[in-house]
Amino acid sequence: MDLGLNETQEILRRIAREFLEAESPNALVRQMEQDEKGYPPELYRKIAEQGWASMILPEEFGGDGASFLDLCVLNEELGRAIAPVPLHDVWLSQYLLLDLASDEQKKQYLPALGSGDTIATIALTEPSARYDAGAVATTAEADGDEYILNGTKLFVSNANIADLLLVVARSRAAVNKEEGISVFAVPANTPGISITPLVTIALDKQCEVVLNNVRVPASALVGPLHGAWSAIERVIDKGKVLICTWSVGGASYVLEMTVYSAKRRVQFGRPIGTFQAISHKCADMAIDVDGMRFVVYHAAWRLSEGLPADQEIAIAKGWTADAYRRVTALGHQVHGGVGFMMDYDIQMYFRRAKMAEVLYGDADLHRELVAQGLGL
Amino acid sequence: MDFQWSAEEAAFQKEVREFCIANLPADWHEQYQDDEEAFDFSRVAAKKLGQKGWLAMAWPKEYGGLGASHWKQALFNYETSYQRFPGVGGIGIGMAGPTMMIYGTEEQKKQWLPDIASGAAYWCQLFTEPGAGSDLASLQTRAVEDGDDYVINGQKIFTSGGHHAVFGWAGFRTDPNAPKHRGISVFVVPMDTPGVTVRPLINMTGVHAQNEIFFDDARLSKDNLVGERNRGWYQMATTLDFERSGVGRYGAATRILEEIVEYAKDTRLNGHTIAQEPRVRNKIANMAIEMEVGKYIGFRIVWMQSKGLIPNREASMSKVWGAEMMQRLANTGMMTMGMYVQLRRGSKHAQMAGRIEGQYKATVVGSIAGGSSEVNRNIIATRGLGLPR
Repeated sequence: MDLGLNETQEILRRIAREFLEAESPNALVRQMEQDEKGYPPELYRKIAEQGWASMILPEEFGGDGASFLDLCVLNEELGRAIAPVPLHDVWLSQYLLLDLASDEQKKQYLPALGSGDTIATIALTEPSARYDAGAVATTAEADGDEYILNGTKLFVSNANIADLLLVVARSRAAVNKEEGISVFAVPANTPGISITPLVTIALDKQCEVVLNNVRVPASALVGPLHGAWSAIERVIDKGKVLICTWSVGGASYVLEMTVYSAKRRVQFGRPIGTFQAISHKCADMAIDVDGMRFVVYHAAWRLSEGLPADQEIAIAKGWTADAYRRVTALGHQVHGGVGFMMDYDIQMYFRRAKMAEVLYGDADLHRELVAQGLGL
Repeated sequence: MDFQWSAEEAAFQKEVREFCIANLPADWHEQYQDDEEAFDFSRVAAKKLGQKGWLAMAWPKEYGGLGASHWKQALFNYETSYQRFPGVGGIGIGMAGPTMMIYGTEEQKKQWLPDIASGAAYWCQLFTEPGAGSDLASLQTRAVEDGDDYVINGQKIFTSGGHHAVFGWAGFRTDPNAPKHRGISVFVVPMDTPGVTVRPLINMTGVHAQNEIFFDDARLSKDNLVGERNRGWYQMATTLDFERSGVGRYGAATRILEEIVEYAKDTRLNGHTIAQEPRVRNKIANMAIEMEVGKYIGFRIVWMQSKGLIPNREASMSKVWGAEMMQRLANTGMMTMGMYVQLRRGSKHAQMAGRIEGQYKATVVGSIAGGSSEVNRNIIATRGLGLPR
């Protein structure tokens, strides 16, 4: 058993941290919370130059063929810096296309996604706010050599800046809800699409996407008609683990900020970190951070190696969802009054921890999955 | 990164599993005996482990061990705990022996090590005093030089197994004028020494497991002082290279959780199985998740040691997590049973042989003994996070 990163991963982590400290400071993150687009194109261009938008693509599409585990290592640093860039959505779109798309479609979309020239996001969830196939009510109706899409998608990340939407729709009614699901590659400016950013606790750009008689050519279908659901499930799994590694990075940084604060804040004639009520909270945060790390990377490693990972993924999300929240709550307690202020950084992490908690299903949902995995 | 066991490690774990099953009664897991009741059997078990060289497997071969790697030791501890195989570890194996190996004379090693490694001699620990618990270095029991002997006066408390032990591994104050850490020496105490009185303590599980030990002018030969006089406290730190991941706790916990799951699936109450109740599913699943979290907090220590790194705050984390997790596990088991939680082993209608009721009481001490949660959180905070004292 080897719980460490390899040399390449260590280098990637170090480079990513240095780059993000320099190019994505918290001041920029704050700015982007108020920004209409929510991301700085200039930073995204530099990130693409680093190869981060293309790293998991095969070489023929301009990538490095990096593993999912490598991506997770990078993503932890992105979570530490809470960098305001749409990499999560671009990566998952790439994985979905790699899984389902024809060679022609891959050639059409992947290089531009890898170079940072285009941005894509998957439009999956709907007002029912669930991740199972039964929740997909958006319809795709065949009409000659076109499909007509109708429905509402909700909580679609970065739809407002996306050039391409990968829309998950029900193309056929079925008793087994996992049948009859198809994916369509739809340019975001297609007539009939209206995108409205929601105002969220994390001030990220999750959007409502209304599809009103949106006509797409037959060539927009990605993968088998009626048969896309298992690929969607695989992408959801990756999404869960990515959000978990992102959480590990954020929680680690919150711990560092909190210890820093406890050492410097003086009350009753001494740094408050000398009081056990404070230092013990920090110890509990440290246990939570380390606790998250290994169950998350266990799931990441298994996914990356192509091993069955359902239970490990459920454990990772079932733990991390609550743990990241706990760490930020304890961190706030230690920060005291100043932490409640907008100009302190910890509140940015507190708000994002809630987003990470509920995306892809919260801890209760995943505990139920674990219970099923135990045979209960 | 690799979360799987190597073929060699997996084979060893299988070997341990088969040995345990072959040497335990068939109905071992259906009964619930605590460590004290199973004591005699545990000594038989220890000697069998001794014969295989497994009891002291971490020790160098020259002292009766196998020089086993950290991973092997951890796997052994995990599997024997999962199988509830008694007789593993102990003060002789984990503390007295290792300190003696480094600091003892050849005569001392010849005299005491072989019987520890074979399982023939059971040891207890004589450190804690009524006034020296978490502040262990403040211990006061005096060892005064007198000719070829030291004369011991004072009292120890909470001595587990003191009534069974042949030898005690003791910390006594040999210099009352030095700063507290610098006036302690370690001694081997034959428990039948005149002047040594063992008085039973009954703990809240109803069992005589711990004792008070009184020293009234008890005489020890100077040959029983191990290592350097007044350096006893610092010598103890060198035993830290041995197994301290706490993974054994997860072996035991995994078994209990499996039994809780079986119980929930098999037991019907009010028209459905207990396993169908949403809050039960949620709590049991959370326990399973906590156990995975804790398992790697433990194995992370083994991984560090295998890389030659010295775990410090990581060991404290494992102790805090492990002890408190066992309490939460007992709570989870209790919650699964509703009103039946109250029924002790032996009672009509008692569930799971009363194991959960017993665990619920027994685990109270886990976050207190062997380094309290408060002390360990202090270590995490100060040595681990660099917070000021």
